Amino acid sequence: MAEEKKEYLLEVKDLHTSFTTDSGEVQAVNGVSFNLREGEVLGIVGESGSGKSVTAYSIMQILAENGRVTSGQVLYRGEDITKYSKKQMASFRGKKCSIIFQDPMTSLNPVFTVGNQLMEAILLHTDKNRAQAKERAVEMLKLVGVNEPERRIKQYPHELSGGMRQRVMIAMALACEPDILIADEPTTALDVTIQAQILELMQELQKTLGMAIIMVTHDLGVIADMCDKIIVMYGGSVCERGTADDIFYSPRHEYTKGLLRSIPNVNNSKERLVPISGTPINLLNMPKGCAFCSRCDQAMKICLEEKPEELALSDTHKASCWMNIKQMAEEQAGGAKA
Amino acid sequence: MAKYVVKRVLLAFVTVFIICAITFFAMNAIPGGPFNTEKALSPDVKAVLMERYNLDKPVGTQFVLYLQNLIHGDFGVSLKTGREISTIISDAASISARLGGMAAVIAIICGIVLGSFAALMRNKLPDRLIIFFSTLGAAVPSFVLATLLLLVFCIQLKWFPVWSSRDPSYVLPVIALSLYPMAYITRLTKTSMLDALSQDYVRTARAKGVPQWKVIFKHGLRNALIPVITYVGPMVAYILTGSLVVENIFTIGGLGTQMVDGITNRDYPLIMATTIFLAILMVAMNLISDLIYKLVDPRITFK
Repeated sequence: MAEEKKEYLLEVKDLHTSFTTDSGEVQAVNGVSFNLREGEVLGIVGESGSGKSVTAYSIMQILAENGRVTSGQVLYRGEDITKYSKKQMASFRGKKCSIIFQDPMTSLNPVFTVGNQLMEAILLHTDKNRAQAKERAVEMLKLVGVNEPERRIKQYPHELSGGMRQRVMIAMALACEPDILIADEPTTALDVTIQAQILELMQELQKTLGMAIIMVTHDLGVIADMCDKIIVMYGGSVCERGTADDIFYSPRHEYTKGLLRSIPNVNNSKERLVPISGTPINLLNMPKGCAFCSRCDQAMKICLEEKPEELALSDTHKASCWMNIKQMAEEQAGGAKA
Repeated sequence: MAKYVVKRVLLAFVTVFIICAITFFAMNAIPGGPFNTEKALSPDVKAVLMERYNLDKPVGTQFVLYLQNLIHGDFGVSLKTGREISTIISDAASISARLGGMAAVIAIICGIVLGSFAALMRNKLPDRLIIFFSTLGAAVPSFVLATLLLLVFCIQLKWFPVWSSRDPSYVLPVIALSLYPMAYITRLTKTSMLDALSQDYVRTARAKGVPQWKVIFKHGLRNALIPVITYVGPMVAYILTGSLVVENIFTIGGLGTQMVDGITNRDYPLIMATTIFLAILMVAMNLISDLIYKLVDPRITFK
């Protein structure tokens, strides 16, 4: 058992993150747990406000000033990084774990050249001198498919297109060969054709460099053929987790089912898409029971009163829904009768 | 870039010429003249004087003559004292430049440092103190402050002489002159620093593992300075031309004093020279701040 634990590259245990605002404490993440093995691709999906980005920022400790991790652990190779000093954390960020953001238009500093920003992380985390760092920056740009890298490093972000800037962001994140790459909605702000290129690039880089990826997105299409495992988040907690097959072919949480019904698909292209009715829950005022029950068609009395435990449906598949618990109880009762 | 500078310099000539013309005609349109003093001059003497300084000719001709002299570097002589205007201006400008230069440097450095510090300590005690004093500094008029400084440090504490013709102390006038721009720059820096630190690229820098101080001084400050530069350019020009109030209270004969003396005495050449000097300085500072702007923010292109 202990040996198996060591295998995990990253382990998030019962993470709680909240933000202090004028209207009260916003509990953005409520007890998220997951783990990541070396070279694995994990997808985190959920709608806006489901806490997926906040989970990612909590790992990196780059939350906004009013946010903090209130409890839980983040273990990197067995070490709790939430206990790291500022200095230790600075050498974790960018070196062991990197992140790329949603909007490449605003994520690069407009007043420094691309080369300057690329070399910054290399100079910080490695022993390379400026000339070597520059060489590495050019090499990275080549790797992410930026043409004329020698010329590009002298340019400023505003002289590059959106797709190009996201490639620069990826090059910057991977320059120090991190073990983990967190991609926070990397394609949301890009054109559809560029989206596909960026995803392809990420898949390619994952194969050649072998880093683990945490892919945060609201777009199920993005993660379908990329992720080894997926967690679905709603209202700051995980409602279902499993392999891509588990999630796409046998969803067991009403929210996941709703998500799948709301995306276009080649097979049901003639049918109308079904939106999930209602509005996302208010994180200021978390319900006592299941977070999704106010929008759930199948809600029962118990859903209002008590949070459902996570139930293992198979080795890989888990869901937190009273429907499954009820079903299992009925099966057991039926089995006992027979 | 060079083309842009040449274009701006040519435009500056036009601007200065227009200011020159407006001042010249406006000044002559006002009733009265340099020789209408309480002690009336005899008509003969007055006529000689008027002829000598070309004041008997039509205003248009006077203007052309003035410009002709100007092109040859001749600003004329003071109608009041008979001194060369160019020596009056260079003497006064050196005093104003020393006073204003010190005040500008202090205002810029202290303003940026205090503003950044307030931004970092947002909502904590240092921030509140800095903002309280900078609001006060921006609100108190300079004549009140100057008088107060004089009263406290010269009369009560006797740290500085009230007046000294030989070696005037610049400490108090510099404080009086720098306080307002310093307060303004502090508030401006704080606001734009907070804005810069909430930008996505600052988060990117933190995510790269850049240490906190470098995030603030490299990624934050460079961006935060952009609005500050816009203010600093004209502010420096304004401060360098001297403040009438501060110069008068501390009896320092800088440019501000000369200009007001010129106006009260209807000393036409002096009025013209101080105005032209001020206009050139203003135009030059604007050009310089635009060029610095370009250095700091590469997104700006000159057309």
